[in-house]
Amino acid sequence: MTTNSRRPRSKPTALQKERTGISGFDEITRGGVPHGRPTLICGSAGAGKTLFAMEFLVRGATQFNEPGVFISFEESSEELATNVASLNFDLNELVAEKKLALDYVFIERSEIEETGEYDLEGLFLRLDHAIRSIGARRIVLDTLEALFSALPNEAIIRAELRRLFRWLKEKDLTAVITCERGNGTLTRYGLEEYVADCVILLDNRVENQISTRRMRIVKYRGTSHGTNEYPFFIDERGFSVLPITSLGLFHKAPTERISSGVSRLDTMLSGEGFYRGSSILVSGTAGTGKSTLAAHFVEAACSRGERTLYFAFEESQDQIIRNMRAVGIDLERFVKRGLLKFHNSRPSAFGLEVHLAMIHKAITDVQPSVVVVDPITNFLAVGDTIETKAMLTRLIDFLKTNQITAMFTSLTSAQSEIEDSEVGVSSLMDAWLLVKSIEANGERNRGLYVLKARGIAHSNQVREFILTDHGIELIDAYIGSDGVLMGSARSGQIARERAAELDRQLVTAHKQRELRRKQELYEAQLAALKGQYETERDAILRDLDEEKKRIEVIAVQRSEIARLRQADNSGNNNVKIQDNGAKKARKGTVR
Amino acid sequence: MKSTPRKPSRRATNGHSPQGNDGESNRWNLRLYVAGQTPRSLTAFKNLKDICEEYLKGQYHIEVIDLMENPTLARGDQILAIPTLVRKLPQPIRKIIGDLSNTERVLVGLDIQPR
Repeated sequence: MTTNSRRPRSKPTALQKERTGISGFDEITRGGVPHGRPTLICGSAGAGKTLFAMEFLVRGATQFNEPGVFISFEESSEELATNVASLNFDLNELVAEKKLALDYVFIERSEIEETGEYDLEGLFLRLDHAIRSIGARRIVLDTLEALFSALPNEAIIRAELRRLFRWLKEKDLTAVITCERGNGTLTRYGLEEYVADCVILLDNRVENQISTRRMRIVKYRGTSHGTNEYPFFIDERGFSVLPITSLGLFHKAPTERISSGVSRLDTMLSGEGFYRGSSILVSGTAGTGKSTLAAHFVEAACSRGERTLYFAFEESQDQIIRNMRAVGIDLERFVKRGLLKFHNSRPSAFGLEVHLAMIHKAITDVQPSVVVVDPITNFLAVGDTIETKAMLTRLIDFLKTNQITAMFTSLTSAQSEIEDSEVGVSSLMDAWLLVKSIEANGERNRGLYVLKARGIAHSNQVREFILTDHGIELIDAYIGSDGVLMGSARSGQIARERAAELDRQLVTAHKQRELRRKQELYEAQLAALKGQYETERDAILRDLDEEKKRIEVIAVQRSEIARLRQADNSGNNNVKIQDNGAKKARKGTVR
Repeated sequence: MKSTPRKPSRRATNGHSPQGNDGESNRWNLRLYVAGQTPRSLTAFKNLKDICEEYLKGQYHIEVIDLMENPTLARGDQILAIPTLVRKLPQPIRKIIGDLSNTERVLVGLDIQPR
């Protein structure tokens, strides 16, 4: 290392990195392995060291036009070529194209006798020759520690290794050196002492009989890097490291809404359904129709022409298609059109991390806009609640970052509280539908609530949820003094209510009739009274008239008498006033 | 050692040339790998020569291979350490690494002396 610091070349600027091309690895190391320096890959047997190293070279040769040399101390070139052929790496072709050189260094301890001093110049010459032959920029020394078991003098080996690393740096080669993991140490022979720039640990742990591969950057001098353990897996396309532990809350929040596939449910969600890119939890006890809800959601998405990915952890693809056909949802046509893809696996087939990795990869491959995970609770069979929650958090983050709308179903046990989602992930979810089976009067009915829907003015009502041969129907449940009634109790209650309503209508009609009768009665009485009044009035008026005539007669007689007695006219005035009063009275009655 | 010309990369040295070249000289077929004219390789060659003269007189054939000039040859005999002496014949192949300064170990390694 001291030589390194003395070299003026490595002094300036930040550390230069060499991309490995291994999916995910360059992300967690923020650029790859250190350029022109050795990187140590340690791990126990079967951790994937050789494969990592080989992929580093193959990707270098094919993607970055950097030829590489693979020096193997354990496997012959033919064995190597066969081993990695399963990953679609054609070593022989790369060798023929002079993009790759393989050299198998084999040392048989029993053949070797040691007398006096020696060095490993032979190895150096071989490396040098291989490097020159193809102009290599990368080199792999696969299990360099084989030297320790091959040669008796450890002091010489150590001295030579130090020289080797210096030599590699001087040649500006980006080297990957694999090492067997020691007991309690990173490497069995303490090679990390020499390669102090970048140390990566591969691990294959078995928990609950399920093995999970993990990778950790133990050390990376002069650069920041992810410090977590990252799960990885090896499939037909090589290594996949998952930088998914990088949690973040920086995802965008689209305002677009998408249908849940059940129009009545959309109505409950202020008429428009869920937000795109949101995470929806559907929880409920067994047999409450969670998967059917999910299937509706899928159908809606596929009908809009969006790609959908269905992760099923309980049923096979055929089984889901058959069951959904029974409730009138035809998913097969979407599968045929390539819009819907199923990804079926048993939860216990892999560890949580690998599941996450698989989901990650499938999503990256398919690029769906809608994802269904059915159910998430099954992951509890693989990990505990904390682990499962951590895994789902990462999954949800990943989905949100990619603006994928996701529906998760969760099975709750019948005993637990309705709000108790087993995995405790409800806080991560944007919307939460609860399908509860309500048992009363000897029958089980399903009720659907929207427990939460962030940013949506959602209904607070319980809807009865019925599975018909044309899918899900939501019906208003009866909520009254007797509590929530559903099923036959609801229809009974509705019938009773109808009867009561009818009764009330009869009573009203009766009262109205009575009112009319009363009105007629009083009007008749009014007419009679009026008649009587008029009769009486006429009589009175007649009396008054007679009285007037009588007064007039008397007045005439009086004036006759007065004339006879020769008196004045004052008496006439009184008669006129009386006449006016009678006229007034007559007017009043007419009005 | 000084008398030995070192220019050619492969160089055969028989025991005593006047004596039976055929048959006998091929009984011990030895190959010494070196890398350039380092003091250590010169020592190794000298030691080998001395041992052969003493124990295998007339029955040996030494080939010296300089890997500096022919690096590809290192692959065939799986050479890592320099110097390495390879006993090609008699079978089986044996390798002795180091400057051959410990005569006893060399004799054991070559199976001249029982272990």
